[in-house]
Amino acid sequence: MYDVIIIGAGVSGAAAARELSRWHLKICVLEREEDVCCGTSKANSGIVHAGFDAPPGTLMAKLNVRGSELMGKLSEELDFPFRRTGSLVVCRDIRDIPRLEELKTRGETNGVKGLRILSRSELAAMEPNISDDAAAALYAPSAGIVCPFGLNIGLAENAAANGVEFRFNTRVSGIQKISGGWQISTDNGEYQARIVVNAAGVYADWIHNMVSRRKLRITPRKGEYCLLDRSAGGHVTHTIFTLPGKFGKGVLVTPTVHGNLLIGPTAADISDKDGTDTTAEGLSKVMKKARLNVRDIPADKVITSFAGLRAHEDGHEFIIGEPEDAEGFIDCAGIESPGLTSSPAIGEMISDLVCKKLSPARRTDFIAERKGFFSPASLGPRERSELIRKEPSYGNIICRCEMISEGEIIDAIQRPLGARSLDGVKRRVRAGMGRCQSGFCMPRVMEILARELDCPVSEITKSGGTSHIIRGTVKDSFKGDTES
Amino acid sequence: MENTTDNSPGNHVRFSNETASRTGHVSQTLICIRCPLGCRITVDLSGKDIKSITGNTCKRGEDYARREMTAPARTVTTTVRVSGGSSPMVPVKTKTDIPKDKIFDCIRCLKDICVSAPVHIGDVILTDAAGTGVDIVATKEIPRM
Amino acid sequence: MSSYDIVIIGGGPAGLAAAAGAREQGIESILILERDKELGGILNQCIHNGFGLHTFKEELTGPEYAARFVSRIHELKIEYKLDTMVVEIRPDRDAESACSVKKVTAVNHTDGMFVIDAKAVILAMGCRERPRGALNIPGFRPSGIFSAGTAQRLVNIDGRLPGREVVILGSGDIGLIMARRMTLEGAKVKVVAELMPYSGGLKRNIVQCLDDYNIPLKLSHTVIDIRGKKRLEGVTIARVDERGKPVPGTEEYYSCDTLLLSVGLIPENELSDKMGIRLDPVTRGPVVNESLETSQEGVFACGNVLHVHDLVDYVSEEAAAAGIRAALYVRRAGDRSPGMSCPDSKDNTQSQSPKETADLPLTVCPSDGVRYTVPALIRPSRMPDELTFRFRVDAIYRGCSVNMYLDDKRIRRKTKLIMTPGEMEEIKLFKKDLAGHPDAQRIILRIERADKEVSDGKHN
Repeated sequence: MYDVIIIGAGVSGAAAARELSRWHLKICVLEREEDVCCGTSKANSGIVHAGFDAPPGTLMAKLNVRGSELMGKLSEELDFPFRRTGSLVVCRDIRDIPRLEELKTRGETNGVKGLRILSRSELAAMEPNISDDAAAALYAPSAGIVCPFGLNIGLAENAAANGVEFRFNTRVSGIQKISGGWQISTDNGEYQARIVVNAAGVYADWIHNMVSRRKLRITPRKGEYCLLDRSAGGHVTHTIFTLPGKFGKGVLVTPTVHGNLLIGPTAADISDKDGTDTTAEGLSKVMKKARLNVRDIPADKVITSFAGLRAHEDGHEFIIGEPEDAEGFIDCAGIESPGLTSSPAIGEMISDLVCKKLSPARRTDFIAERKGFFSPASLGPRERSELIRKEPSYGNIICRCEMISEGEIIDAIQRPLGARSLDGVKRRVRAGMGRCQSGFCMPRVMEILARELDCPVSEITKSGGTSHIIRGTVKDSFKGDTES
Repeated sequence: MENTTDNSPGNHVRFSNETASRTGHVSQTLICIRCPLGCRITVDLSGKDIKSITGNTCKRGEDYARREMTAPARTVTTTVRVSGGSSPMVPVKTKTDIPKDKIFDCIRCLKDICVSAPVHIGDVILTDAAGTGVDIVATKEIPRM
Repeated sequence: MSSYDIVIIGGGPAGLAAAAGAREQGIESILILERDKELGGILNQCIHNGFGLHTFKEELTGPEYAARFVSRIHELKIEYKLDTMVVEIRPDRDAESACSVKKVTAVNHTDGMFVIDAKAVILAMGCRERPRGALNIPGFRPSGIFSAGTAQRLVNIDGRLPGREVVILGSGDIGLIMARRMTLEGAKVKVVAELMPYSGGLKRNIVQCLDDYNIPLKLSHTVIDIRGKKRLEGVTIARVDERGKPVPGTEEYYSCDTLLLSVGLIPENELSDKMGIRLDPVTRGPVVNESLETSQEGVFACGNVLHVHDLVDYVSEEAAAAGIRAALYVRRAGDRSPGMSCPDSKDNTQSQSPKETADLPLTVCPSDGVRYTVPALIRPSRMPDELTFRFRVDAIYRGCSVNMYLDDKRIRRKTKLIMTPGEMEEIKLFKKDLAGHPDAQRIILRIERADKEVSDGKHN
């Protein structure tokens, strides 16, 4: 029996796993996909919010501000890309300036530091491409941008280094109370744990409702995005929000930590919990709305579009804790924006809740640091040559757009919790993430994966399950030489 | 609405509205590929005899139509496996055009062939493919690994 | 650090022909840098025939066409490095002669990271395919969606079959060729959808790759939805109106496990862009003058990195010219050194060099149906006796003429039975046409309705 089983290896589950691994606990994470960071955590804005959106006193407000505070140190410990670039909430009507003031006051109540209202001219000086209609903005210097994959993978790898087990391709099908804990049925075996943490994202209601009579409802709220080429990455230097409305923070325009420009998301409630398809209306809305605040966004530089699902709980609040009727079952549900920002604080909170119940001893051998993915491009020419002499695979450029070498792809596969799919490689070292969107490198990355995993190329997938790339060999459907 | 198509290349030409008349006369249309103009050429046939060719702008169109109607032929290009080479496949072609209706027969008889590296351009991979009398030759150098 | 007179970025058809062209002008010190494991570029995966009719007067397959140029490189003993990726090209000045040099930084697994000094650089990196994202096709993002060139590589080089039931979006030549290749290798190609009311591919390919195999081509159609969460399960195709918007009620669902995209090629322009070279918004390749020299002095461009060609024969022809012009540039720079300042290095040669103030460059203006021209600038003094302009038109034109004006005086007219956007056109400019017009500022190319008396009588 495990002490703790965490359902879901998204950013919340991984953060909980990492925090819990500071203690003498036997922990396992169950994930239905083939990798960490496969649901909401992989498809979002990658923003570290300052914390002025959530109403004071809410868990969202508290964990947002705390998460943002922790992010700097965490990014150093776990070596993932994070930058405090600051954000701007733009209003286009001077009559809305009081609403900016309101946000500012709310932020200050929540404990956000450095908030300031900018005049049109200050704003234009900061963001030359801001729309001519922009009247004023709320500037939040503590906001930032983070690599959501880097954060999630960093947390998970570090948890694994500290002994947390991960079970991939393991879908939970049932949970039952047993003496001293819970029995979890999956399509990959039975598991027992004293405590279960439900970090199942858009499925968290489904998991919760198996154990509690107080039902939860989580609605997948789809957000569509367009990602633009790096050559458009400098179009803005801060995250540009619009004044929030009923469905959240509206469409934003932001640089990413990797130098791309990201615009989105839309917000539409859907019923399919795996409904990550984009729509023509959604994508055109993204571009239209983004252009309200930022001018001249180059539509011809869009390299890909995607959709993510926010785990929207009816009360629009994080649900973290034990339901009254399910002792030893801890929800981590309704984690929508600012969930990514809050994740370090969510991890802490879950850890506190578990420790209160199990009173474990603190480990003295906890490894707080994790080395991020090594990039030879960060070396000077001489060091890089030296490295290539020692390990020639770092001199084989596989992904031309992002200039990723074979050595880096091998690293991505060979690390603990290494990549098992093309998308797994892409999220770790960006091979295939560039403007050709893997057109050139996909056949080669596929072969490297097969070689490193010692399996036939036909078994390599894009994203696990049945997402195989190759369906056979040439002429395999023909009968042989029947004519002669 | 599911679409089904038959991908086997018969002797027919697509876009060919075969109109049969009571006298056994048939007219077929095809698109000339000799230049970008893409003339829509109508060929009147009586049995296998060409009665008239119309719609072409130049002599090349007439020649094209005549050939397409009587003996359509294509060069087939594909690949066969190589063992011990720097690449797992070697591209090949029929040395000259073969009858259009022999294309898949030709592909089929290459299915199980595996040649050993090195392979040189022009090497005969298979003689008399599918009874066409035409050899299959390599079109690329594949050095030994 | 090593140095060469000419460094050529890319060992495909353009790079090989440029190298041979430069060598034949007597340049000894030439290096080709190729990122793949062999020379020949994309031709190696274009195993179909139809190459070389203009150049060799016979029909070759892609690998055969490449092999002829590769043997030429060996005969001419031109140096090359394989598996080598150029990371950066930085214009600089030689400390002693003050002549312009280009510092080419590259990386490979045997030499590590290294820098080469080049007097001239020829860009010949080719092009890449537009991905799905560039089209913003809505739907899921399963496996089974490939750009046509990626599928071509998987099938022709690796012997793998990407899928069994195929829909192809885009009727560019690679899409058409892949329709036939997939069919011949055992897949079923259900339909080719083309957004435009005409195909971007060669007529011959439509007949021999689609019609031969009864593969329907749906013009003015596009993919409006992609189904399948893990592997592709099907796509919805709809007719589009004149503005390219899907027409409701015309949707058709095709179940398929593979979608190939052949929706356009873009010059591989990151090195050019990073170097600050001026790019043409239409071709998305560098703006070049009569010498195929970019806005960066001593940096030349040819082949698909300059503008996307339909026939490799034209790539070879253009690239050979770039090689020759680069050789002349190197020699001119050599004549002026040592110790002399190089006139060419004073300023961008796309503007006039100081001693030749009379040599104001003529701007070439595409108009009335002409989308772009290569070259786009002409320095009359550097003009060879005759110069080929290559261009593309924006729609199908029947019975029209291409007209070349020097300011408002017509100097050339060429009547064409038909011109289509899928086929590159050309027209020649003769040096004698410029004589006596020292004040001319512009060359204008436009399509006009043909009048009957002038006709070149040819079909092509």
